[in-house]
Amino acid sequence: MLKTRLIPVLYIKNGLIVRSEDFSYHQNIGNVINEASRYNEWDVDELVYIDISREKQYDMRRDDHKIKSTNTIDQIIKDISIVCFMPLTFGGGIRSIEDVDVRIQNGADKITLNTGAFDNPDLIRTVAHKYGAQCVVISVDYRLVDGKPIVYTEFGQKNTRTSVFDWIKECERIGAGEIFLNAIDRDGKAMGYDIETIGNAVEASRLPVIGCGGAGEMYDFVELAKLTKVSAIAAGNMFHFTERSYPRSKQILKKEGINVR
Amino acid sequence: MLGIINYGMGNLASVQNALNYLQIPNRMVELPVDIRLCDRVILPGVGAFGEAMHKIASSGFKEELQEFALVRQRPLLGICLGMQLLLESSVEYGNFTGLGFVGGSVRHLSDKIYDLSIPHIGWNDVSSANNLRLMKDIPVPDRSFYFVHSYYCTVTERSTATGQVCYGFEFDVMFEAGNIYGVQFHPEKSQKSGLALLRNFGTL
Repeated sequence: MLKTRLIPVLYIKNGLIVRSEDFSYHQNIGNVINEASRYNEWDVDELVYIDISREKQYDMRRDDHKIKSTNTIDQIIKDISIVCFMPLTFGGGIRSIEDVDVRIQNGADKITLNTGAFDNPDLIRTVAHKYGAQCVVISVDYRLVDGKPIVYTEFGQKNTRTSVFDWIKECERIGAGEIFLNAIDRDGKAMGYDIETIGNAVEASRLPVIGCGGAGEMYDFVELAKLTKVSAIAAGNMFHFTERSYPRSKQILKKEGINVR
Repeated sequence: MLGIINYGMGNLASVQNALNYLQIPNRMVELPVDIRLCDRVILPGVGAFGEAMHKIASSGFKEELQEFALVRQRPLLGICLGMQLLLESSVEYGNFTGLGFVGGSVRHLSDKIYDLSIPHIGWNDVSSANNLRLMKDIPVPDRSFYFVHSYYCTVTERSTATGQVCYGFEFDVMFEAGNIYGVQFHPEKSQKSGLALLRNFGTL
């Protein structure tokens, strides 16, 4: 049967990989391509890249890393896809079908839509029609408001007053292929996953759900896999700071009886 | 020289990236006659069956592929939709005739699956025969590959249906019919195991 995927999420800001906390504080971790080859050596299931640059300029700090200067997101994607032989998802700032074209043509297998889909749901349909539903991952950032998960857009700044579950159902109806659910309140906090919301999100539609936000230790993955029917478990910061965290997490998941690669 | 057939559909860069990484000499084949310059060929594919067959037939690729695989009997590997195109027929958005190099047909997963998401996306274990040329040096526990598809193949001649996967039910995801090979999964996206399979095809 289908495996539960374990997915590192990498945030790119101005060409550098950063650690993210509460969607607002970002600490530089390293060069995009070097990080990609490290994850490739770990034989990961899949990689998700979210570009959170606001000014859309890319400085790869060539002097530090001795690789050629990379100035655009399409060049970054191209360079990553030459060394990575796994499914690659790219998101962040995608507002039009042309933004999608550039990413697919340069080697992305899937793209994520967030604010771009919420403000213009027809974009979901357009992308699914051109590249297939499997290509369209809807990234849903949310906060708990009075105990209810509410969708936030614009880098988690804008309260849409829309329930996460209603939005997921709407995305499924329009033609999305997958849901990437991210708890803003837990971003960078290492307090464990929001099991309840993720579990309810899985039940809200037939779309595969990737749960993200809050992983602090490897047993958080086990807990999420055991208590919900998530298709994939995602984490960012943890994989940067814990030694050989990815292969060790896989071993623990396997030992706990979770069906992983 | 390994040729990657480019009949104008889908992103072929990832297949070429993988072959380059493995240092297998390769080229994109844009013109059907250029198949004659290749000693093995990959037929990739993303998109819909009917449209792909129309492009292959109207561009002249069909005759060149017949000559290459059936007359000269050189190694041909179909990946994902490419595998399905090598069979006789598909019901994807209508009834379409395939290349028919291998007996079999293509149907929608919803014929058999009621409670799982479609497409079938993700990593799944392939159960396969032992002495497969494509699986050489890939240990059984590592035979997990990346799938993205909504239609599934049924190969008629069971001795050539060499690999199956279970997603709601068991269906064919590999065939080895003499010099003609097909895989439903994406070896170019399946990490080390996928690269090993491509290396096996490149060194047949």
